[in-house]
Amino acid sequence: MIRAVIVMNTQGKPRFAKFYDFQPVEKQQELIRSVHGVLCSRAENVSNFVEAESIFGPDSRVVYKHFATLYFVFVFNSSENELAMLDLIQVFVETLDKCFKNVCELDLVFNYTKMHSILDEIISGGQVLETSSAEVVKAVEEISKLETASNSINFVSKTVSGWRG
Amino acid sequence: MAGSSLMETLFQRTLDDLIKALRLQLLGESAFISKAMDEIRREIKSTDPQTKSTALQKLSYLSSLHGIDMNWAAFHVVEVMSASRFAQKKIGYLAASQSFHEATPVLLLITNQLRKDLTSTNEFEVSLALDCLSRIATIDLARDLTPEIFTLLSSTKPFVRKKAISVVLRVFGKFPDAVRVCFKRLVENLDSSDPRILSAVVGVFCELTSQDPRSYLPLAPEFYRILADSKNNWVLIKVLKIFKNLAPLEPRLARKIVEPITEHMRRTDAKSLMFECIRTVVTSLSDFESAVKLAVERTREFLVDDDPNLKYLGLHALSILVPKHSWAVLENKEVVIKSLSDVDPNVKLESLRLVMAMVYDNNVAEICRVLVNIAIKSDPEFCNEILGSILATCGENVYEIVIDFDWYVSLLGEMSRIPHCQKGGEIETQLIDIGMRVKDARPTLVMVGRDLLIDPALLGNPFMHRILSAAAWVSGEYVQFSGKPFELLEALLQPRCNLLPLSVRAVYVQSAFKVLVFCLNSYIQEQYVESSSYVDTLIENDSESISARECQDASNLHEQVEEFNSRETLSRVQTCTSASLEDNGSSIGSIAELLNFIQFSLGPLTWSHDVELLERSRNLLNFIELIRIQIPDGLNQKDGSSEMELAEISKIVELILDAFSDDFGPISVNAQERVPIPEGLIFKENLDDLEMICSDTQLPESSFSFGSSLYEERLDSSLLSQQSQQVSEPSNATTSLLSEHRKRHGLYYLPSDKTDDASNDYPPANELKLQDHLDDDAAHLVKLAERSLALKKKSTSAKPRPVVVRLDEGDELPVMRKKPQSKDEQLSDAIRNVLVGSDVMPTSSQTNQSSKPSSRRKGKEKQNADNPSESKENLGDVEEQSNTVDTSSRRTHRRHGKEGKQSSHEKRSEKKDQVHKKGKRMSSQQHSRHKAKQSGDASFPVASQTVIPDFLL
Repeated sequence: MIRAVIVMNTQGKPRFAKFYDFQPVEKQQELIRSVHGVLCSRAENVSNFVEAESIFGPDSRVVYKHFATLYFVFVFNSSENELAMLDLIQVFVETLDKCFKNVCELDLVFNYTKMHSILDEIISGGQVLETSSAEVVKAVEEISKLETASNSINFVSKTVSGWRG
Repeated sequence: MAGSSLMETLFQRTLDDLIKALRLQLLGESAFISKAMDEIRREIKSTDPQTKSTALQKLSYLSSLHGIDMNWAAFHVVEVMSASRFAQKKIGYLAASQSFHEATPVLLLITNQLRKDLTSTNEFEVSLALDCLSRIATIDLARDLTPEIFTLLSSTKPFVRKKAISVVLRVFGKFPDAVRVCFKRLVENLDSSDPRILSAVVGVFCELTSQDPRSYLPLAPEFYRILADSKNNWVLIKVLKIFKNLAPLEPRLARKIVEPITEHMRRTDAKSLMFECIRTVVTSLSDFESAVKLAVERTREFLVDDDPNLKYLGLHALSILVPKHSWAVLENKEVVIKSLSDVDPNVKLESLRLVMAMVYDNNVAEICRVLVNIAIKSDPEFCNEILGSILATCGENVYEIVIDFDWYVSLLGEMSRIPHCQKGGEIETQLIDIGMRVKDARPTLVMVGRDLLIDPALLGNPFMHRILSAAAWVSGEYVQFSGKPFELLEALLQPRCNLLPLSVRAVYVQSAFKVLVFCLNSYIQEQYVESSSYVDTLIENDSESISARECQDASNLHEQVEEFNSRETLSRVQTCTSASLEDNGSSIGSIAELLNFIQFSLGPLTWSHDVELLERSRNLLNFIELIRIQIPDGLNQKDGSSEMELAEISKIVELILDAFSDDFGPISVNAQERVPIPEGLIFKENLDDLEMICSDTQLPESSFSFGSSLYEERLDSSLLSQQSQQVSEPSNATTSLLSEHRKRHGLYYLPSDKTDDASNDYPPANELKLQDHLDDDAAHLVKLAERSLALKKKSTSAKPRPVVVRLDEGDELPVMRKKPQSKDEQLSDAIRNVLVGSDVMPTSSQTNQSSKPSSRRKGKEKQNADNPSESKENLGDVEEQSNTVDTSSRRTHRRHGKEGKQSSHEKRSEKKDQVHKKGKRMSSQQHSRHKAKQSGDASFPVASQTVIPDFLL
């Protein structure tokens, strides 16, 4: 299963993090820091795998991809295929690209919740559920439609209730 | 009230505002966040759901990316989760899945909310609940929501069904009984035509089989069908992973799947699938020659690919093959060796591992030569990686692959001189270890040690210090193999030694002591020979001695020259006992000079603050004083009395030499455990007392600590008690009133009115004494054991390879037996029950749909009623099984069969206890299942044989 998905910039600032087995927040920060420590020491044009058993414990593997100013990091165990995980990062990034039109770091900074919606469609409980970015985009769009709809209703009703009360 | 809430809403910062402000803030991040947190704490208490949910959203953002604790907000999370509006509910669910864990108290409150959302008509609400459940499900949640998940497993919406399937994994893990209800539906999903559903369910099975493959063997036909038919790479990869776990258990299954897998290997152009095929073949189908050949062929394509990822994975695949098919590596030797100097650290590491796996006793020397050469050229990190793996491989299993120890010891010396070497600790251990274990290697060890010691440049490198410490120890301990002990002494006492840490210096001084005693002894031995053979020594000696005495007062330079002469002499003394008269004479002078030299260089150390160093150097200096008393001016008084004095000296020297002559042997790791604790000795009680005393009386000066250092244990107990008294006196004065009061309550305190004698009973000192005693005992015992062992070994081995003293046990750290993971066991038992006892299955699953609890009870009753006597029998079976396991483990503990037996008994009873406790703690229904589980255990092998053949044959 997939144990964590982390997106951070090259300076090590986390932009997004999701752990599929519970980790206390301090531990999360520590893990992110140690991953960054490993990643920033790696040259370009080397393999996308990192030996990470010292960071994440036994039976854990890490693949990452470097896009512009961002690192996308997937942590998983032996039940996943390393190359397939690389493909999955590609799917994730493609989906982000479709949702935000030429995604850049700033999009991720301001769309924290939407990233969660997107990733939740791709991975649930550490299991890969969807690998087609088109399907993901479709689901995410419906979810945001639902969100805005509920919000607009809510805005009216709240105002009314507010005045009434 | 309403107005204020509206105002709050209108002026509340949204998450976007917060992020923007955070990027522009000038306060400093932590200050800004703590301000924002104050805001959030206020807003989250609002009665307005919108305000509240926005506050929670901001909180979960800060928690996730800035590490802010949000456990305090758990109840607010529950409130937001129950909001009626989707957007707010979503925020609540996100926060819950992010922050809830087993210990969150409010988890009990969300069961109904989850149930409501799981049965919602809105598929996105269902999906929220499922996502959340897949992260936070506890045993209670899993138990209570199993019926809803069961329903969702056959949902008509694939969007919901696939999420329900992925939740099953967590539910099974937490609440194995859910298997009874859900397993059949889960299996039915394997027939689904929707690739997304199939992918999800295969993923779940992949995870399940990796934990306990045997239980899923009956499903092999289903998986085989998918393997043969599916075109989806994701699904195929997962199925291959399942077979990787299943195939080793059932040879017929392996035969069956080879064909489709090789077919995939020939056809596919997806690298991920290709790699999975290769991995499956090399791990689980390595007996099938043709498949392995094809896999190696494909691996070679990976190896020569430009993509470093493929290269890395190719090397990885080869390393799996090594134990069975080393030819595969030999075929690709060039690539592997070339990869050692790749730019990619992963590739380098992987190829290093591969090379190390190819090391055998016949090629270890050549491979190590190549590796050391590469290490010299590579970056520090990889260099140490290489050195580390050489040390680990050669040291493995007590130097199993090393035949030529002279070579290996010189290699260790060479490795320590590599500039980047940071493996001082490991090299130190091995140098000493080899010294103790391999008698034949000692001459080379001393030589290598000498080379290291005399190089003043090495002293400045902190990574070298531990190696130097080992070198010093070895040269002191085995000085009889040294050609030039004088030179050694000089090296051990050279001025640059003050660069060493104190602990290493202490070793140096002690070694110098040993070397000196050795020199004196060989001098004395030779004197005896001389005095018996030559009568006219006296005249010659006199003239020589005068010149030697002059030298004593002479300049440093002169001393050096003289030293050089004397070195020559002694070495000759070593080699040929019938040395010439003149040489002998200069040797007397040189001995005196040697003593001077030592006194001169150790003088400053007598004021050292390090106890060990101080004590050792004083020992050495006092010894020299002792010798000097016997020969106040030994050189003058040669006439007549010389022989008598020589006898005196030789007595002393022999005494000391005796102390040093005992050979050290390797010490078993569990030596300490074998020492029985003397009756009536209770460490803990005393320490508790100590703590109480310390905390209660509050010593005015805490400068003296009772357990401060190991060395203090060696101090006289009288000294200790003296010290403690000194400390206690002032406190006595200040706290006398308090102690009076406490004594009335029967407590024992440090500052008592007792006499001096009584303070000798003072617990800490007493305790230390006992500890000391214990240590001695242990050392003694170990020595005894070692000696008997060494003798036994010697008699049996007559090989070209030198004898390596080796303990039957305790050389390697004891491997802890894995404790049974009760949860996993429960799960696999449940699954076996479902798969094998299919007669129980339909009734329970059908009735469960309507009313679950009652049906569960029914199922349980049925199993109970099944056959009580049978379950009893099976209990015996299980015990027998565990017995056999224990015998196998006992083999490793051969030497202490009695203890081993005992401990295994204890372990077993412990295990039983655990099970019992579990049974008690959990509800009675689980207790009954526990019985059922044993029947499942016993009946399974029969069943699996009945299930599989119709598919395989």
